[in-house]
Amino acid sequence: MELDTLLRTLEATGFATAIRENESLFPWIESLHVLAITLVVGSIAIVDLRLIGLASLDRAAARLTSDVLPCTWAAFALAAITGSLLFSSNAFNYAHNAYFQAKFVFLALAGLNMAVFHLGVGRAIAHWGTVPQGIPLPARIAAGTSLLLWIGVVAFGRWTGFTLHATPLVS
Amino acid sequence: MRTQALDRFCSWLEQTPLSQTIQSTSWVVPTVQTIHILAIAAVMSSVLMLDLRLLGIVGTDQPLARVTGRFRPVIWWTLPILLATGAVMIIGEPARSLANPVFQLKMLLLLAAIGVTAFFKGPRLIAVLSLALWIGIVFAGRWIAYF
Repeated sequence: MELDTLLRTLEATGFATAIRENESLFPWIESLHVLAITLVVGSIAIVDLRLIGLASLDRAAARLTSDVLPCTWAAFALAAITGSLLFSSNAFNYAHNAYFQAKFVFLALAGLNMAVFHLGVGRAIAHWGTVPQGIPLPARIAAGTSLLLWIGVVAFGRWTGFTLHATPLVS
Repeated sequence: MRTQALDRFCSWLEQTPLSQTIQSTSWVVPTVQTIHILAIAAVMSSVLMLDLRLLGIVGTDQPLARVTGRFRPVIWWTLPILLATGAVMIIGEPARSLANPVFQLKMLLLLAAIGVTAFFKGPRLIAVLSLALWIGIVFAGRWIAYF
């Protein structure tokens, strides 16, 4: 299969080989990846809990979002870069791991959910004020969906680590 | 630190029915680790937002006390979840954690971070220090698996 050849080519690159063969490179990049993910998920949760009406009600949703989102995007960039490096070191096995695939389905759904929110009900965020009743129901549903999807991303990510080496090597 | 008494305690803990159950039920550790990471996410993002306010970088149009009141309770309420899920991992694999120098370092960093969070308020240096300690805790947490 074409894709498998590509994955094996990625694994054979210099940096992928270095990450795979060096004893401490993988754990260092993995630590950065975990740090980045905690900041992505935690900062998104701050916004989601505000939109649902459970926390930070003394700050307007629009203000809180602009406080938090730059951190979210910076952390997401770090997570994507470190994640790509970790992936490259064992690309074939990661790509064929069901939990890893599920993680990216959830990640894509979280992105889609965010896009729908921003292009739809979220456009009125500046008018939502500081009372929980001011947040429309569709926005609360989008926030709850976001929380569940990100919990799924973390869970499937952790399960990938436990199942990766059990994947039989077939080419 | 690795003493004979600690090794004996780890071997004893490993043989307890609770530890055996955790070891033989394959979903327990990944589930508990997922909850542990989600709890760390709550702490890390709260510490970051609090420290960015202390440093005068984010949300400076609101009083410091309001930001502290919003994020500091998250740190305290999340700690019991971290300790409970951490305890499950320790009971499941005592020697991997308790006798591990990286785990011991992580616990020292945790004590320092709790101290900094509890006793110090204003200065900018403290903001940087607390963020550095929590980042160190996350790094040490991941490195436990490699020692």
